[in-house]
Amino acid sequence: MNINSIKRRTLLGAGLAGASMLAMPAVLRAQDKSLKVGVYGGYFKDSFDKNIFPEFTKATGIAVESVAEPTGEAWLVQLEQAARAGQAPADVSMMSQVAMLKGQATELWTPIDMAKIKHASDLLDRFVNKYPDGRVAGVGAVSWYITLVTNTNVYKEAPTSWTALWDPANADKLGLLALVSNSFLLEVTAKTHMGGTNALDTEEGILKAFEKLAEVKPNVRLWYRDEAQFEQALKSGEIPMGQYYHDVTGLAAADGHPVRSTFPKEGGIQDSGCWALSRASQKSEEAHIFIDYMCQPAIQATLSRKVGTSPTVKRESTDLTEKEFAAVSSDIEPIVPRYDLYQTKSDWLNQKWTELIVG
Amino acid sequence: MRREPPQTFGDYSPLLFPAAMLTIFFVVPFGTMIAVSFFQRQQGGFYTPAFVFDNYERFLSAFFGGVLGFSLMMAIAVAICCVVLALPFTYLLTRMARRVQIVWLVALLSILSLSEVIIGFAWSTLFSRTAGITNILVALGLMSEAKALTPSFAAVLTGMVYQAFPYTVLVLFPALVRLDPTLTEAARTLGASPPKAFFTVVVPALRNTIVATLIMVFIFALGSYLLPQLLGRPQHWTLSVLITDQAIYQSNMPFAAAMAVFLVLVTLGLVALTVIAGRKGEAA
Repeated sequence: MNINSIKRRTLLGAGLAGASMLAMPAVLRAQDKSLKVGVYGGYFKDSFDKNIFPEFTKATGIAVESVAEPTGEAWLVQLEQAARAGQAPADVSMMSQVAMLKGQATELWTPIDMAKIKHASDLLDRFVNKYPDGRVAGVGAVSWYITLVTNTNVYKEAPTSWTALWDPANADKLGLLALVSNSFLLEVTAKTHMGGTNALDTEEGILKAFEKLAEVKPNVRLWYRDEAQFEQALKSGEIPMGQYYHDVTGLAAADGHPVRSTFPKEGGIQDSGCWALSRASQKSEEAHIFIDYMCQPAIQATLSRKVGTSPTVKRESTDLTEKEFAAVSSDIEPIVPRYDLYQTKSDWLNQKWTELIVG
Repeated sequence: MRREPPQTFGDYSPLLFPAAMLTIFFVVPFGTMIAVSFFQRQQGGFYTPAFVFDNYERFLSAFFGGVLGFSLMMAIAVAICCVVLALPFTYLLTRMARRVQIVWLVALLSILSLSEVIIGFAWSTLFSRTAGITNILVALGLMSEAKALTPSFAAVLTGMVYQAFPYTVLVLFPALVRLDPTLTEAARTLGASPPKAFFTVVVPALRNTIVATLIMVFIFALGSYLLPQLLGRPQHWTLSVLITDQAIYQSNMPFAAAMAVFLVLVTLGLVALTVIAGRKGEAA
């Protein structure tokens, strides 16, 4: 790095800088290139550092400096404040859908030029995040499912529908996520009992969904924020049913624990993260190369195998086997969260939700 | 040796360091929190500096009133349970041999080294259906089948009393050790039974200590936000749980700050009332 920068300065000093730079060998220029990429810290970042980034650097010559970002909205706040000062703590970041929408409100994301994303044709439409005027704000990075999980010792038969949550036979047996914006239970209620998530378009519709959801309360033993708490109880059979992450449940089952994850007939809840480029970043060129690289079916397949995420590209385009695909996804049309609601009505939803479960 | 009041500025200098620490780590963050509690929340965004009362207005509802009431009631219950259990325990402990005392105190101190998370998970296992204490009762033939004792109010109360008990003992211990044994001896000589001597002599003599201990445990319990989540149902969540929700998960700092300020004010108010009531009682 140091040697390169000295060389560049020397060349600049020698005059005719532009021509000289262009004349420099391609390899040398490529080594000058780098990109700061933000991914969720912990398990995610470790997997990316090990399985994805070295290959990317080998293929493109762009060095990747990975940045551990916190989940939730803390990273969005940091990016926003840094961008106001013209700084980019990461050029490209993996952002949740709600954070994508909030960033759109302040034009935080540099629009992605889809002409430069050669592999865009394989992307599933729902993973392309767009500004209201149609510019692309972010491109799908990974997706994952929240499904209906059960303890196989307690439930010999796998449940087939989300209606199991409402079944009086399951009194005091469920573990559900404790927040409106990460459990997506309003969407589940709308899809299961109200004909689809469009039922949540109006406040009356949302209130009706809350009313229906209130009927689940007697069945819920645990509203969890801490994943470990529910995972432990599910494995032991203490809390034999609930909603949980499909990938982690699969890993636990592979380790021999008596648990299973089922895609209900109404669909699993599909959540996802996008690659987004901060407006303060100077590395637009490299960022586009990176995003294009990550959209390749082969890379998406690697992510499925190594990280356990579901591909954001069409299934046919990947070389995932039947078994590998089933381990991370399903062909049943998923329940896609109404992310727009968590932006426009977040405080109201949060208040109603807290009153529902605490009251 | 005669104690002289500090005369020059130099005499006060040992105070400078703690004063600076208190300012940097308490006064400044608390001031920031008060300021943020008046800021304008921007839904779907962040917050902007302003001077509005919206955050306090939102808090003033029957719903949050109920949660606040529950939190205070819970903290008071924990304080009373702790003192009722710890006072006789510590009294008996001070009457024991030095060696026994040390063993007990070391055991109690080791509880303090456990984090709230470990205490919470341990109790939730002990209270569980699959691995809990009810299995022992079933084995002994005292119960027909094992059942879960958590989540429940009793489970939260047990966890919090367990966590606060060592503090209570450690605060009561010095006062009980210093208690003049001739007081109880005199009571016994005059014909009082040991329990009567304890309640009519020891307890009144320690009135101030007991009140101070109650206040300390009360404030300690009020800040608990993990045990109610691990051992209770949502209706047992304290205000601290909701503050965490707003601050971390909803990124609504102004509202979280307003709730925290409110909680601090109510706490200070209650403590002041207790102290004033105590003074009046003494004067009478």
